[in-house]
Amino acid sequence: MTTGTLTAGRTRFRLPRKQIPVLATLALLLVMYGIGVSQYTAFSNVQVIFNVFIDNGFLLVVAVGMTFVILTGGIDLSVGSVVAMTAMVSAALLQDGMPAALVLVIALLIGPTLGFLMGCVIHFFEIQPFIVTLAGMFFARGMCTFISGASIPITDGFWTSMSQERIGNPQGNFVSISVLVAFVVVVIAAYTLAYTRLGRNVYAIGGNPQSALLMGLPVGRTRIAVYTISGLCSAIGGILLSFYTLSGAPLIAVGMELDVIAAVVIGGTVLTGGAGYVFGTVLGVLVLGVIQTLITFDGSLNSWWTKIVIGGLLFAFILLQRLIGIRYK
Amino acid sequence: MNDTMSRYRTMIGHRLFWPAAVLFVMLAANTIYRPGFLSIELKDGHLYGTPIDILRLSAPLILVALGMTLVISTGGIDLSVGSLCAISGAIACMYISKQPDQNSLGVVVTALAMALGVSLVLGAWNGVLVAVIGIQPIIATLILMVAGRGLAQLITEGQIITINSEPYRAIGLGHALTLPLAIFIALAAALLVAAFTRRTALGMIIESVGGNAMASRLAGIRSGRVIFLVYVISAACAAVAGFMMTANVSSADGNAAGLWVELDAILAVVIGGTSLAGGRFFLSGTIIGALIIQTLTTTVYAMDISPQTSLLFKAVVVIAVCLIQAPAFRARFSRRRRNAPPPATIVDKPKEQVPA
Repeated sequence: MTTGTLTAGRTRFRLPRKQIPVLATLALLLVMYGIGVSQYTAFSNVQVIFNVFIDNGFLLVVAVGMTFVILTGGIDLSVGSVVAMTAMVSAALLQDGMPAALVLVIALLIGPTLGFLMGCVIHFFEIQPFIVTLAGMFFARGMCTFISGASIPITDGFWTSMSQERIGNPQGNFVSISVLVAFVVVVIAAYTLAYTRLGRNVYAIGGNPQSALLMGLPVGRTRIAVYTISGLCSAIGGILLSFYTLSGAPLIAVGMELDVIAAVVIGGTVLTGGAGYVFGTVLGVLVLGVIQTLITFDGSLNSWWTKIVIGGLLFAFILLQRLIGIRYK
Repeated sequence: MNDTMSRYRTMIGHRLFWPAAVLFVMLAANTIYRPGFLSIELKDGHLYGTPIDILRLSAPLILVALGMTLVISTGGIDLSVGSLCAISGAIACMYISKQPDQNSLGVVVTALAMALGVSLVLGAWNGVLVAVIGIQPIIATLILMVAGRGLAQLITEGQIITINSEPYRAIGLGHALTLPLAIFIALAAALLVAAFTRRTALGMIIESVGGNAMASRLAGIRSGRVIFLVYVISAACAAVAGFMMTANVSSADGNAAGLWVELDAILAVVIGGTSLAGGRFFLSGTIIGALIIQTLTTTVYAMDISPQTSLLFKAVVVIAVCLIQAPAFRARFSRRRRNAPPPATIVDKPKEQVPA
């Protein structure tokens, strides 16, 4: 109770500065949406927003996991490959006629296991997360082609029903199951980071691992936990992606880790760790989604403009974080 | 006998021992699997054979990894090299493809100069972001890594630009003194970098900045300028590597050229014994690291395994080499050995002496 009021008092004092990046992302999102609505009449349809969520549900889940890792000052390059591997494994197992429930459990176990192992290597052998997760990325991508060189279609009843299920209102606007799953993940993650001991530890380690250790916080356990969480989120993302595409392809989600990192940074999380919110990550993913939607609506711009715009936004947001004085190492 | 033991210890302890051992084991395994692996033959005055191929194909990676070594030794990292390869290749090929006489040497030289110029500017951009604005290197170069692919596609308008220029092709496939030209370019770059860093104070200055930028600034080194410089050097190396990659296939593909080369380069640097934390760098180790990666790739191709699956082997090698080099892992390992009951070590010793 006392700690609650204490932190509340402190956050009120620091509130504007700490939340400027998130507010800037929100402003940018609103401006972009405004531009869309003013330029294209069809843009104002609510379904456009729902589609952004439907198309980026898996990205959102993975980005939430990445937020945990980045908050501790680490990085996880393996997410894109783990997403692909999860989709691939489920497709292969379903093709062999395994029951859907069992496949779901197995697929959801692979990602966290790999994440746990990577976390252990990072913690116990003090090898940089960058290199360890890079190896994890190679491993997972290699496993994909090891399973099959070609894409495997999914015809399982549970998967197709999850893919085609539409939850909507009588006006015809709808969201898919993936969006609901993504929302649940976001809410659980936000609660964990804000109100649990694990969340506090994550912020503390990101702020200063040395101090966290001296304070007696379980640094090793927390560090392993965040990579496991990231693995779990990637696995969930992989399942959602296989709902979305109804197949497992060895080369799907290549380079996705970059989109995810970009979304987290645009969402205001500082890459050296210690500051950021899950809500910001949601906004970051939405910004990426709306950029893609705008470029699709325009029609004359090519897909590579997406990359250039994302690069520009990354630059703008990093500069902003720098200007308002969030400290980089 | 004690002398041989201590010599053995120093050899094991040498920083190049494990990378070199891994390379040797891979070559040996290849030779056992395929006896013709090491054979080299002379055809039309050019040497051909798998070892030559490995050398030729590893040239771009060696170049990129050289620049990366310097960047990493300042405690930074350059993720944008792959995109820079794509951009430099795209600019050079685009310019050449627009000229009426693609075979003229002047056209090729102009194209190379233009592409190199743009790459230097982009390298300077990275340098300014890191050294002047003070952004964390991994993020600063991430910007160009993402946007650079877009720029390369913008330059080639999303097409694959095919050119038919002999002088340009020679950068990747030409021969000199019976060996591929690319080997000499990489060798020249390596010697140049080695001469500038190890024969002048530059190398030590770079290492001191990597060790502690603030302390070296207080000691009178302009840390900012040194950091700026290494990113420009890295961009220049990446640009030349980009020429080689596009010359190999006589075409520029904004999407595929130099894809993942930044990861391979970082791997080569780490395998070579340079710590990602900065403060020390080993150019010879980097070159061995690059050769290991290329040998691995060639091995996997030769064994008829799909190139994507080769990533599995890469993951195993990366983890193995990193673990062997990690101080924490070594400490654990040697502690266990020391903890073993003394009689065991006594029994061990004569065993080792017998073959000696």
